[in-house]
Amino acid sequence: MSIPDDLKFTKDHEWGRIEGSHLRVGITDYAQSELGDVVFVELKSIGTKLKAGESFGTVESVKAVSDLYAPAGGTIVEVNQELEQAPELVNQDCYGAAWMIVLEMDDVSETDKLMDAVAYEQFVASEAR
Amino acid sequence: MSFVPHDQADRQHMLETIGIQDEEELFATIPQNLRLTQRLKIPGPLDEENIRRIPQGQFSHVCFAGGGIYRHHIPAMVDALANRQEFYTSYTPYQPEISQGVLQSIFEFQSMMAALTGMYVSNASLYDGATALAEAALMAIRAKQIKRVLVTRATNPRFRSVLKTYLDNTGVKLQEIPFDMASGQVERFSLERLNGEDAALFVQNPNFFGILEPMDCIAKFARQSAFWGIVVSEAVSLGLLKRPGDYGPDCVVGEAQSFGNPPNAGGPLLGFMCTTKEHLRRMPGRVVGLTKDSRGRQAFCLTLATREQHIRREKATSNICTNEGLCAIRAALYLAAMGPRGLRAVATQCVAGAHQILQLIQQVGRQPVFKGPFFHEFVVQLDADKRKALEDDGIIPGVPIEYYYPEIKNGLLVAVTEMNTREDWKCLLENL
Amino acid sequence: MPARESIDHSLEILEPLLITHSRPGRNKHILPDPFKPCVPDELLPFMNPEEVRLPDVAEVETVRHFTRLARMNFGVDQGMYPLGSCTMKYNPKICENIAERIRNIHSSDKHPMHMVLRALAALQRYLEEICGMDACCLWPAAGAHGELTGMLVVKKAFQTRGEDRSVVLIPDTAHGTNPASCAIAGFTTRNIPSGPRGFLEAATVKAHLDKDVAALMITNPNTLGIFEQEIHEIAELLHANGSYLYMDGANLNAILGISRPGDMGVDCLHVNLHKTFGTPHGGGGPGGGPVLVQSELERFLPIPRIVHVPRELFTLSYSFPDSIGMVHSTLGNVSVLLKAIVYIIRLGPKGLLEASRTAVLNANYLKARLKDHFDLPYATPTLHEFVLTDKRQKELGISTMDMAKALMDFGFHPPTVYFPLVVSGAMMIEPTETEPLSELDRFADAMLTIAEEAAQYPQALHDKPELTPVTRVDEVYAARSLCLTWDMLESKDDGAVSK
Repeated sequence: MSIPDDLKFTKDHEWGRIEGSHLRVGITDYAQSELGDVVFVELKSIGTKLKAGESFGTVESVKAVSDLYAPAGGTIVEVNQELEQAPELVNQDCYGAAWMIVLEMDDVSETDKLMDAVAYEQFVASEAR
Repeated sequence: MSFVPHDQADRQHMLETIGIQDEEELFATIPQNLRLTQRLKIPGPLDEENIRRIPQGQFSHVCFAGGGIYRHHIPAMVDALANRQEFYTSYTPYQPEISQGVLQSIFEFQSMMAALTGMYVSNASLYDGATALAEAALMAIRAKQIKRVLVTRATNPRFRSVLKTYLDNTGVKLQEIPFDMASGQVERFSLERLNGEDAALFVQNPNFFGILEPMDCIAKFARQSAFWGIVVSEAVSLGLLKRPGDYGPDCVVGEAQSFGNPPNAGGPLLGFMCTTKEHLRRMPGRVVGLTKDSRGRQAFCLTLATREQHIRREKATSNICTNEGLCAIRAALYLAAMGPRGLRAVATQCVAGAHQILQLIQQVGRQPVFKGPFFHEFVVQLDADKRKALEDDGIIPGVPIEYYYPEIKNGLLVAVTEMNTREDWKCLLENL
Repeated sequence: MPARESIDHSLEILEPLLITHSRPGRNKHILPDPFKPCVPDELLPFMNPEEVRLPDVAEVETVRHFTRLARMNFGVDQGMYPLGSCTMKYNPKICENIAERIRNIHSSDKHPMHMVLRALAALQRYLEEICGMDACCLWPAAGAHGELTGMLVVKKAFQTRGEDRSVVLIPDTAHGTNPASCAIAGFTTRNIPSGPRGFLEAATVKAHLDKDVAALMITNPNTLGIFEQEIHEIAELLHANGSYLYMDGANLNAILGISRPGDMGVDCLHVNLHKTFGTPHGGGGPGGGPVLVQSELERFLPIPRIVHVPRELFTLSYSFPDSIGMVHSTLGNVSVLLKAIVYIIRLGPKGLLEASRTAVLNANYLKARLKDHFDLPYATPTLHEFVLTDKRQKELGISTMDMAKALMDFGFHPPTVYFPLVVSGAMMIEPTETEPLSELDRFADAMLTIAEEAAQYPQALHDKPELTPVTRVDEVYAARSLCLTWDMLESKDDGAVSK
């Protein structure tokens, strides 16, 4: 189970990479492995304003459809178009090529509420029964 | 007595294996106060001959009734294949390894419905045309968060009634667009005044009166709506008329009972829904996809199931589970048996017949209520007493519609299909 | 026109798509032509100038095509489907026979419809008697349709009382249609946990009750096959709270003539004709989901309703002002309703009782034969179905999926798998009463063989089944390539072959 230590994490298994005032968002290795083979990713469009915890799209596998939740409030400034043609990237490279959106954050300090890698690792361990 | 195959020895052996003395012990978890102490008060058991002797009614051979359910020729081949146990006693094809027959047949049904309607994709069926319209409205709400559903008043009144039942709990308003009393088509003025940005628009064509709507004109206004759909109540019309998909709707829904399913006193019917690539993932119902297996063979399976009730549960696109699978297979068999020229020929017979019979009816002094162009149904006025007398004589001259349209006194909707014979219409004309 | 044969030219094709047999002029079916086939001039602008896009195939080829397709399909006339909560029992042929009679009746033909309505009125009475309820609506076309209808009735009842209750409690063992139907009816759902013994406890329900709870949806027996022992107390709690108890009647086959929902305190339920009452499943319908209610809710039932004035024809009335309205354009799946009546009178009260008693006996026999080799998550006695898990086999790398697939080589349809969700790797087994002892033994032997193979050659199970037309179908590929019609094959070029 891969958990890069330069990222922040949510309880819904999204990760966020802080890039100045931007937050690059995707789903974690744990999430993609629980989902199974991803067949479709649907993301809201550039310009959409979101609050922390609001859905920015869905990710679909053969056994489940999961909503994706914004780790912090902001406006979507970039959407990963590659996922439309190649949803399997989510399974192959969830922290790299399968980033989903980039948010222009309203308040960078909101990311303080997120878990760091150590806390997330403990969280995942407690989730898995 | 029932279809239980066991004898006493079998039952005894099973009790021993389970480790109990008496079958009664199996029901120990049911509280005593909930146990029935008396036999159910229902008849039976009856043997098959006594069942066969139960009186049945004779149907009227001279029948000009339509209004959403139609009598059409069903090739013998359809029953011969649909009555095979592999089709009718099989379960929903969740295990593709032993369900390729049903799966491929449904895939072929989907293919033919999409081709006939001119749309991107079809689902594997819904309960009937009315619930298909209701599901289309729910789909429009999911897709575009519409606040109103607009439907022409000349859309099948039973479809509109079911639509209302489904919409009652959504907060979405249902509004009707009136028809023109002269032509029977949608009233242009009302159409032009439509401001549909927050609405979904549904139009039946041919409409309930059999009248052909001005689809080019409607499509222009419909495009201003957030979502619009065409309702098809007589599937055979797809064999002759311009494909509904060519007008650019978001969905085409309706009733495909005419494809290989007999009237059956009202059901089972065959609702269908076809939609665009944009709305594919919002479409309710099952859908079969083409794929391959682990040994390099082409195969079929249910797909996009994650939108459905058994996975998405309360967030599902619909609650539909069992649909009208065998009826869809019958439709595939029918379309295969008829072929392109056959379906066109049937539609032509229906149109020609309706126009020729109307001419004859006009010659004996009755006029149609509407002047607009029509497919295979038209509305005349016939006194209720005269109609009842005909029905008592075994002639059904049409479907009375005054209940739905009180402004058309004694309105009678007459349908003509390839199943009507010369004797039929002579009979009708003599008695009108 | 002929579309490409496949998404991938390297694939072996067992039965080509019908469209590949198509050549112009091949279809020679002759049609009735009572009229001179000319289309009036005023219709020419509405006509499709192109040919109708259907396959043009000779009759013998069409018949062979669908015959070969049928031969690749399993049906309950061929072998057992031990699908939990599906009740795949034998479909009596006399039912098919009698249903044929109504084939040509148009629903506007009031004389034969009188006879049909008379029979349907009788079916209403029989179902009311079997379920211990006061009124019945036969029109819902499937169980889920019945659930939606029932929940709309409940919603209307509250609206009429001037109350706005929006929550429905649903146990964690519920079938997926339950929350889905609630959502469409405009309710939100709250999941409540079943107790450790596998049934819902009244104390749990009590803790979740508030003035916003409209109803609780229960299945009895539940999807673990366990009788909801506290249902009567639960009903009383709900009624004291001004709420209703809805029952999903999918598992009615365990209690025909033994216990009745009405006596349990159920206010509204649906039954599944294609389960309990032996009508054929049809590869996914048509089914039937009649709704039954207590007298308090009767006035909200859908229209039309069957009415009968003595010495006059049975007819339909739409004059019920408190009705939720119409839920179907006609009378539902009428021929299915007719098959259900024939089933009921063919069996009679003794036959229905025998059916349920044997369904329970058969399931318990299978449980007795299998419980030492598979994990049985609940010790609580079960009725007509039971749940096993893959816990033991998982340790050897074998899952419920693998075992289900292996069963097909033995000539069985697998049980329901991965449901209910409260149990991991669930296998829900319901043999029904029409399975002979020899078939039950054959099934148990097959399961034991599979368990043994799991212990000795686990890898082999990953490739099963081997004797079916296709095996381990790629659902991921299906969802990614989304080829849903043969026209889509046209537009896929070789680049779309495999990702």
